[in-house]
Amino acid sequence: MQTFKNNSAAAIVLTIADRIVENRAYLSEIDGKIGDGDHGVNMAKGFGMAAEQLKGQDTTLGQAFEVLGNVLMDEIGGSMGPLYGVMFTEFADKLKGHDDVDPKVFSSMLHAGLEGIQSIGSAKVGDKTLLDALVPAIEAFDGAIAASRSFDSALDALVEAAETGRDSTLNLVAKIGRSARLGERSLGVLDAGATSCAIILKEISIAAKSRLH
Amino acid sequence: MQRFINDPNLVVEDTVKGFVKAHSDILRLGQNPRVIVAKDAPVAGKVGVITGGGSGHEPGFMGYTGKNMLDAVAVGELFSSPTAKSFHDAIREANGGTGVICLYGNYAGDNMNVKMAVRLAAKEGIEVATVVANDDVCSAPPHEREKRRGVAGEIFMWKIGSARATQGGSLEEVRAVAQKAIDNCRSIGVGLGPCTLPAVGHPNFQIEPDTMEVGIGHHGEPGVRVEPLKSAEAIARDMCQIVLDDHNLPAGTEVAVLVSGLGATPLNELYILNDTIETEISARGLIIHRTYIGNYFTSLEMVGATLTVFALDAETKALLDVEANCTMKL
Repeated sequence: MQTFKNNSAAAIVLTIADRIVENRAYLSEIDGKIGDGDHGVNMAKGFGMAAEQLKGQDTTLGQAFEVLGNVLMDEIGGSMGPLYGVMFTEFADKLKGHDDVDPKVFSSMLHAGLEGIQSIGSAKVGDKTLLDALVPAIEAFDGAIAASRSFDSALDALVEAAETGRDSTLNLVAKIGRSARLGERSLGVLDAGATSCAIILKEISIAAKSRLH
Repeated sequence: MQRFINDPNLVVEDTVKGFVKAHSDILRLGQNPRVIVAKDAPVAGKVGVITGGGSGHEPGFMGYTGKNMLDAVAVGELFSSPTAKSFHDAIREANGGTGVICLYGNYAGDNMNVKMAVRLAAKEGIEVATVVANDDVCSAPPHEREKRRGVAGEIFMWKIGSARATQGGSLEEVRAVAQKAIDNCRSIGVGLGPCTLPAVGHPNFQIEPDTMEVGIGHHGEPGVRVEPLKSAEAIARDMCQIVLDDHNLPAGTEVAVLVSGLGATPLNELYILNDTIETEISARGLIIHRTYIGNYFTSLEMVGATLTVFALDAETKALLDVEANCTMKL
């Protein structure tokens, strides 16, 4: 069975941080259409701070997720600080004690992140939030593994579903958060949280795929 | 951007530094540099009263720290909830041993961070009650009041809750009266011009010249309608109608009135609005006990104003009149 190493995989978090920082203006721009335009700024600040702490450190992926989660939770605030903070600390928790990450561990990690988010927020799929990318991505990954596809191919399915989910937010009316106040006027704009979530899931998947053996 | 800033990413840090220097007679910086603490807090045996919210609303939230007012305030990024850690640290700074109440506004981020902070405090044995403000009439219809945002009515909630705590109220008594205060507040905002987060660099919403957004939120959340800019008198009448129709108060009710600028509206225009507001409120048979005019709760450099009408009873009237020492005249 394909696996990737948890050890010395902190670089995965650095590449996620790079992508988020690169997308700073884009995320703020889409957030600005229906939110207050600070999503990219706050995300880049948090992920950038975590990257600074991790640079040159030889940690496991789990430890790197923990650093990222704690920085987001303790330093960023807003909605995304606690939501992504909880997600990454739960990811970290599930990787603990695993030298090799197989599809089962990877799936339990994703589920724990989702449950963490659901324990503090009240959004559901279809409310135009990051869950619209995360939930179908997890389902696609689990579905691919259940259908006996390889880890590699299940990660492709995950990315595809995350991006389809992200795009689905274009046609959704926001039900929660600042954009919910817009009602129908939130139609036709991507949700910034779903967009950043798709970026994160894609980077994790690309990095994991390149490390599979 | 014609703004007084150093580093756009350090606007909050720089604001807090100047704020603490200006008001060292009534407050201090907490252990956590994102927490402002009243000079005498915590007061042993007194219920601690805290709030927290995004920056950019100055003097909200930290400007209401002080004697007989808030014991501690968690400070967030511009227009962004403070972290759970900051709310938690504010709870700790305010804890005088008889519980702490967090009186905050109804926003998704604040709800989550307060929830996590309450969990963290509970683990340390600090009992924390919460009241969430939802006075912004245009943010949801009356039957979905729990979805409404908290805006300038929060100031009355803080004043009333803090005064009750000063008088020795228990955590439950403070909670009940703070809840009563916000239940009796209704607010509306009218926006004439947008605002810009310095790190973003351009306005993230537009209000076209010669138009106005009725029901605008404290972060530029769209209102209920965009219409051609009218006279101050006509706008004030509309604001009163929206607030008072939602309030539905019997004649003879005493009220406190707060007209706040949103940041870039000159004070004189608030007085122009108030001229009509007072006439309209009195015409409905309501009795104005106190009027507050000024930049009490702003939205960076937004052009616009908010009106809050707080319906009083004997208890809240007496508590409103308790003297407080914070950066604003209350």
